[in-house]
Amino acid sequence: MIDAIDYQLIAAVQAGLPIAARPYAAIAEQLAITEQDVIERLARLKTQGLIKRWGVVVKHRQLGYRANAMIVMDVPDERVARVGALISQQACVNLCYQRPRQGEVWPYNLYCMIHGKSREVVLEQWAELRHDCNLSDYSFEVLFSRRCFKQRGALYARQMTKGDGPTPVFAGEGREEIQNKQSLRMHFA
Amino acid sequence: MLAPLHKRLLNDYQQDFPLSPTPYRDIAEQLGVSEDEVLNAFQTLSEQQMISRIGPVIAPNSIGNSALVAMAVPEFDLARVAELVSAYPEVNHNYERENRFNLWFVLIADSETHLKAVIADIETQTGYPAMLLPMLADYFINLGFELNLHD
Repeated sequence: MIDAIDYQLIAAVQAGLPIAARPYAAIAEQLAITEQDVIERLARLKTQGLIKRWGVVVKHRQLGYRANAMIVMDVPDERVARVGALISQQACVNLCYQRPRQGEVWPYNLYCMIHGKSREVVLEQWAELRHDCNLSDYSFEVLFSRRCFKQRGALYARQMTKGDGPTPVFAGEGREEIQNKQSLRMHFA
Repeated sequence: MLAPLHKRLLNDYQQDFPLSPTPYRDIAEQLGVSEDEVLNAFQTLSEQQMISRIGPVIAPNSIGNSALVAMAVPEFDLARVAELVSAYPEVNHNYERENRFNLWFVLIADSETHLKAVIADIETQTGYPAMLLPMLADYFINLGFELNLHD
């Protein structure tokens, strides 16, 4: 599936491509392979689906998207895949995952994220989404983010660097990125 | 205030940034501007923290293991616990959320064993139980965050 060089390549590019005329050549030099090899490998990793997306990772908060809600729902197991697929097609949603319920303490099995310019907008989008996707029968909770204690892109290399210390940032002035749609989307897990 | 060029770069290259020897020149040709303008614009977006990087988003759990973890921490102790959690290199996001489960973080480790060991250690260090919420299915298909950049 992937070889040792692929792995090194992912480690080399995960912090970002240089903003320079020949960025892939710069990466190639680090790995002692050719520029063409870098490009072909990245294209293959993308085709294989290991790289879900190759491109600009925006910081939504800095772009005015200051309200970030994680919404959790309790959807009957036999419907969760259908509902999940439906929800993830809505324009306002950037992530949609199924996760295991935790008994009565946390009965939710479907998670989605909505990033919006304000709480009001996000709640409005959620109300529309509930209506449009027929979710009114399912119990849910909306969890807006408050402080961000730590945020960085996923580091997959085995040698992980020590992360930044916690510099709490209050929601509304912080730096978050959305990583999958985590383009703007990244909650891995 | 973002220039039209910046908006195009933010919205149009989240998924298919060119995989070619001269990607910035290719973008410049697509947009009818010079390569230097594109390089300068990306530099500005990067300096202004509007983009975090140009690079990969890796499919969850394709390399290593990751999981979302939640903890319910009394308000008076939240800062201490959050700091302890953030100090782990395996933790890559750590947020306070408005809920009785008020601390939510994502862990990435190179194996499930490693992941579980870190969680056990976090529970010991902080004195609170952690709720492990691994991903069972990812329903998200369309990628890219459509930015509404109307001023």
